[in-house]
Amino acid sequence: MRAFGYDIDELVIAHVLLAVVPVILGLVIALPLGWWAHRSAGARRVLVPLSGALYTVPSLALIVFIPVLLGTPILSPVNVGLTLTIYTVALLVRSVAEALDAVPATVTTAATAVGYRPAGLLFGVQLPLAVPVLTAGIRVASVSAFSLVTVGALVGIQSLGTLMTDGFQQDYTAMVATGIVGSVLLAFLFDALWLALGRTLSPWARAGAGV
Amino acid sequence: MLGRLVEWFSAPAQWSGSAGIPTRVLEHLGYTLLAVAIAAVIALPLGAVIGHTRRGGLAVVGVANGLRALPELGVLVLFVLLLGLGLLPPTLALVLLAIPPMLAGAYSGVAGADPGAVDAARGMGMRESQILLQVEVPAAVPLVLGGVRFATLQVVATATIAAYVGLGGLGRYIIDGFSVRDFPQMLGGALIVAVLSIVVELVLQLLGRFVTPGPDRLRLRGRPDRHAAAAPSSVPTPPSPERPDR
Repeated sequence: MRAFGYDIDELVIAHVLLAVVPVILGLVIALPLGWWAHRSAGARRVLVPLSGALYTVPSLALIVFIPVLLGTPILSPVNVGLTLTIYTVALLVRSVAEALDAVPATVTTAATAVGYRPAGLLFGVQLPLAVPVLTAGIRVASVSAFSLVTVGALVGIQSLGTLMTDGFQQDYTAMVATGIVGSVLLAFLFDALWLALGRTLSPWARAGAGV
Repeated sequence: MLGRLVEWFSAPAQWSGSAGIPTRVLEHLGYTLLAVAIAAVIALPLGAVIGHTRRGGLAVVGVANGLRALPELGVLVLFVLLLGLGLLPPTLALVLLAIPPMLAGAYSGVAGADPGAVDAARGMGMRESQILLQVEVPAAVPLVLGGVRFATLQVVATATIAAYVGLGGLGRYIIDGFSVRDFPQMLGGALIVAVLSIVVELVLQLLGRFVTPGPDRLRLRGRPDRHAAAAPSSVPTPPSPERPDR
């Protein structure tokens, strides 16, 4: 599909990749870090304030720092992707730790009693029970990722944000509005997908709610 | 790169005049304060009243969540295209983005006040306005402050982006630096705005400990908190800060 002289499909694909890959990557990184913070009070004292501080840094500033720290080219989409990965990790480390904390001791004791080893306990009991809280955290990270991807357009990274910057230069309101509506719709679409995935992975929560 | 960054920071032109760092920092803080103050005047009373009557609470939460998906850059550009350049259009965009977290904080804080305390106040013959101001609002302080802090950080970050639509402030260094590929300038601007955000967050956290009622309240002098002795357990402990969006 073409509009305003742009290949919209290409912008949408770039937008989705730049928003979704960092959220998945961030989740993969946050799981062991969150587990560590759950197990060790010392790790928590370092990880939680560090996450808070990283989350405080404005996105445009992080996008500028990454090329200097990693040597990536200033126009590389990796800068935006890593920025959003950092935000996701910062947001989810606490979610993971608190979700694991919230698993009742009676449940873990019972699981240990019936023969679960530590690894089996984590993957078979604790993480599944943490799914609803994790889903809530991922949804927040995902929705903000879809809106923050557009900031990359300020330093030349293609996404639906390109319609906003170029629309501004050309004084073309419809183009900007298209970028906004597209970005919001994509955010809602993937929010619904994460919600559905979370529900599929925690059928007992739904069963309980239906009683 | 580090050497050129130091060079950028140590140039005398950086420290005076209308494009100097002190001016840019003050501009940035000025936009932030203006937008947060306007948004607070709108959002906090509205959220408190909705929380007290408990009517329309679902709508508040829904709208706050929906607005979170709005791309800040798009909103800024749209306001400027529709209303023109100058201070007002970007400020309105910043106000719009600052309202949802404060509205949600005020609503959930007031609605979450201990129902037993509210019933007791009503039983003692307090008027609805007295219940709101003397019972529910003090209990809501931690969540309100969380909303204000989150909104402020969001505005500091978005004001950086607003340099693209002609606003001053620290984003100027990043936007102007990018247009002429002056990387030390971009990096310098990014560093200052990152430090500013963290300082603002720490100052707000500290201020929060002065205004949150309860036994942990900070005092400038060693005066005991008269509320603390009366009802230490009725005041909720400040919840861990919610950071829903950036």
